[in-house]
Amino acid sequence: MSTVVIGVGNRLRGDDGAGPEVAARLRERVGATVRVVESSGDPTELIDAWRGTAQAVVVDAAVSGAPVGTIHHIEVGTDPIGPIGLRGSSHLVGLDDAIALAGAIGELPGRLTIVAIEGEIFWPGRPLSPAVEEAVAEVTALLAERWGRMADA
Amino acid sequence: MTGPDRIRRIDVDYLARVEGEGAMRVLVRDGTVEEVEFRIFEPPRFFEAFLVDRPFTDAPDITARICGICPVAYQMSAVRAMEDACGVRVDGQLDQLRRLLYCGEWIESHALHLYLLHAPDFLGYESAVEMAQQHGDLVRQGLELKKIGNEIVTLLGGREIHPINVRVGGFYRVPTRAELAPLAERIGQALELALATVEFTAGLEFPDVERDFVFVTVGDEDRYPVMGDRVVSNRGLDIPVAEYNEHFVEEHVARSNALHARLDGQPYHVGPLARYSLHSDQLTPAAWEAAARAGLGPVCSNPFRSIVVRAVELVFACEEALRVIDQYQPPAEPAVAVPPRPATGHGVSEAPRGLLYHRYSLEADGRIRSAQIVPPTSQNQLSIEADLRAVLDVNLDLPDDDLQWRLEQTIRNYDPCISCATHFLDLTIERR
Repeated sequence: MSTVVIGVGNRLRGDDGAGPEVAARLRERVGATVRVVESSGDPTELIDAWRGTAQAVVVDAAVSGAPVGTIHHIEVGTDPIGPIGLRGSSHLVGLDDAIALAGAIGELPGRLTIVAIEGEIFWPGRPLSPAVEEAVAEVTALLAERWGRMADA
Repeated sequence: MTGPDRIRRIDVDYLARVEGEGAMRVLVRDGTVEEVEFRIFEPPRFFEAFLVDRPFTDAPDITARICGICPVAYQMSAVRAMEDACGVRVDGQLDQLRRLLYCGEWIESHALHLYLLHAPDFLGYESAVEMAQQHGDLVRQGLELKKIGNEIVTLLGGREIHPINVRVGGFYRVPTRAELAPLAERIGQALELALATVEFTAGLEFPDVERDFVFVTVGDEDRYPVMGDRVVSNRGLDIPVAEYNEHFVEEHVARSNALHARLDGQPYHVGPLARYSLHSDQLTPAAWEAAARAGLGPVCSNPFRSIVVRAVELVFACEEALRVIDQYQPPAEPAVAVPPRPATGHGVSEAPRGLLYHRYSLEADGRIRSAQIVPPTSQNQLSIEADLRAVLDVNLDLPDDDLQWRLEQTIRNYDPCISCATHFLDLTIERR
């Protein structure tokens, strides 16, 4: 399959669960039309997930100082990644590091898009912040629409 | 106040290549180390509270989510504690499959830490990304090893992260021999990579630091420890796991909301160095030979050589995994029945970073009345501080940048999975 959507994060750590939540909701809506996976953000998982794909979309949480719930779109190779603060979660290696590492060893997908949702609370046991919850719905709808399904049908 | 020779201060907001975040502060006055604090900001035992009133069968899935790096360790300590509480022993092929799953996690975790987080320290790179520019083959080697570990965990655990196939009493589904055959081929490839890893690490340069550690591990009968029923030390401790809380005490320390663990009042050390030093004679043959070739004696007390020991444990994990697969006969049932009862149970296993203790008390209907989880990084906290002090004592003449590098390396010797217990590590070195 030439496209993969990867939801990065941990559902039990507050807004860090944004990526996996988008992945879970998207999986229900798009069925088998696109591969959807969840990941801790570990570089080997990411590289394995996007190896050989024409396009990968990674959904993660971010802490950049933007208003909570802000949706950042980054085209890797075109847009800078640094200021988004993808280290905001408790991942072993930041998504930015994983991408740089994959690039260094020639393992990036044809096109890589990051959709990062600005989070607020990453404490274990907390639910998604309301603004993040809204952003999760918006991102899910956007991605579902991209693959030809009406998000709220 | 003092002159520039007596006052130096370094602030680092983020300590890279450590899972999660924490904080460290060092105070040096007139050339003498006065204070060393390694602080971890522990979420207030969220998971212990989260487990209360939930069915005892939920514990493996919930505790697996404490850490994305070592979910199997949390699952194994949890199921063993639950089975202990219920008076059920899971052995035979089910126990062997658990060992196989655990080997997968050791391979994943050690390969990731060794190649992507620790090796850059020794080769003089800021990060694995920088290292990959000149040592792409090395990084690919590490990623391939980790991938094979992932494949073991995926096949046995049902999923790569937060495995879902483990349950109290065994598994939801067990593999056939045919399913394990291709995995064995891959683990054979991993074994070759692991042997090359030992060779690579043996050639690194190590600071000359020797520590008088109190080593503590699981007692796993006569085997190199993975899971077991006892807790042992190099100072004569040999207790059933049920007596853990009689010897190990977690103390609140004012500067941190984390708990500091002590063994009979003393700091102690858990992890690869402890496992190796207490049980090197129980290593599998190729691992033992690789350790000898790497110049490791029967005991290793230089924390910087932990990178070599992890490499040796990669070899061990591959050999052990191959042994389990070779001897595997699918059990008749994927799990044994574990009826709940009102009791308390204890479980220990060797997470990649060291001994992980769980204790649960259950109600008659199987609801969890109380939970206690003691992760390895909390146990190593005082040992990390002592290492930092030892390193500082002989390196105070280093320029600040070099000293900071060496201190970060010292912390990374422990592969501290701080996210089990903390957020945000920042480093402060203050010289007065």
